[in-house]
Amino acid sequence: MTIAADLHTFTGAYALHALDAAQSEAFERHLLQCEACAVEVEEFRTTMARLGSAEAVVVPPEMKARTLAATSTIRQLAPLTSDSDRDGGSRSKSARRWPRFALAASIAATAALGGIAIEQHQAARQATIRADQLHSEQARLSALLTAPDTRTATGRTGAGVGTIVWSQSRGEVGFLAQGLPALASGKTYQLWFNDAGTMRPAGLLPSSSGSLVLTGQIHSAVGVGLTVEPAGGSQHPSGQPVLLLPLR
Amino acid sequence: MRCRLLRGDLVNRVVHLDAPQWRGPDLQELVSKVALGEQDAFGQLYDAVAGRVLGLVRRVLRDPAQSEEVAQEVLLEVWRTASRYQPERGEVMSWVLTIAHRRAVDRVRSAQAASDREQRVASQAYAPAFDEVAEQVEGRLEREQVRRCLKTLTELQNESVTLAYYRGFSYREVADMLNVPLGTIKTRMRDGLIRLRDCLGVGS
Ligand SMILES: [Zn+2]
Repeated sequence: MTIAADLHTFTGAYALHALDAAQSEAFERHLLQCEACAVEVEEFRTTMARLGSAEAVVVPPEMKARTLAATSTIRQLAPLTSDSDRDGGSRSKSARRWPRFALAASIAATAALGGIAIEQHQAARQATIRADQLHSEQARLSALLTAPDTRTATGRTGAGVGTIVWSQSRGEVGFLAQGLPALASGKTYQLWFNDAGTMRPAGLLPSSSGSLVLTGQIHSAVGVGLTVEPAGGSQHPSGQPVLLLPLR
Repeated sequence: MRCRLLRGDLVNRVVHLDAPQWRGPDLQELVSKVALGEQDAFGQLYDAVAGRVLGLVRRVLRDPAQSEEVAQEVLLEVWRTASRYQPERGEVMSWVLTIAHRRAVDRVRSAQAASDREQRVASQAYAPAFDEVAEQVEGRLEREQVRRCLKTLTELQNESVTLAYYRGFSYREVADMLNVPLGTIKTRMRDGLIRLRDCLGVGS
């Protein structure tokens, strides 16, 4: 980044975390000397906080217990005495490894958003390679996502989105859920193949978000249904499906 | 159907755009207690911010499981660095959501290999700027205001801001994607944020 006269115009990109690390550090040095930019960045952060607040969701209750419990393992920073580590602490610490499942999920999210970009074969192949690192459920789902004849359908229930991803050649269906209505305790979501009106059990999803490959093959099923069942699942649906998606 | 009508109704009624009043506990006071290691205060602070933190992270990352993980990291960073919060540099909510956005963006960037990144760029063309995947409870009015204000941006301002904010793209990537010079994107990001700031009534 050239330290030019227009340095002041980096406030937006900086506040949006759109600069790379070196640019960001350079701009932070400028911020220490430029009150106008410091004020503008602060206002932009407040503005962005409004955008962020508009995304508020209901938090899964178990997250709070988990987070509070974790505080006991984390040493708090003492009040700042010098500028030395004012901003450095957090940026680099998040580099620890995490499962590579993100791709499948992000493809599914794209599908849920109304379009699917499965035809990126190159990226798809990479996904399959990375899938080696996953355990088999995720690998199966990933493979399904990258099959040549993959198709998707999406439906909503309440605030939630359910997406099926299927391949006739493989005879398999994956289901991806995002923010389905929370389950009462002792309940589970259950998936079904719809064999022209007869519902065939196809697996359990005990949470309101997550994914699985359905148990069993498509055979002549014309759709996939989702119902709420007692924990452990049922042989037959005990109520109307909350979601019914066509396999065509 | 009823839901749609309600939405339209809200859009029409929202004419003035004051910042929403936070009616809960004094967050600044809570943070100073958290800095002293008070678990109760952290629990209350958690209640006040967690829904927004998770919502924002989820919006950027899209994967629910990872989003929870990152949101938890954000909240623990709040715990860890509470003593470093500087009231003169902004509201508590803004401080927390800045951490949340940075962590979400870091995760998007560090975790995705180049090809994955390309996939993300490629899929961008299919995704609407404003999806409705996560219909939230708390933020509906706020969301309508934000939506309305985003519409006041020029197309290029809107794209520059939303690709960076909601998707975590760097300004270089945004420039590549939109095939616009770097300097132009940089100023459009700033101009767009200025317009949003004024529309949302932030600052003096
Ligand atoms: Zn400046």
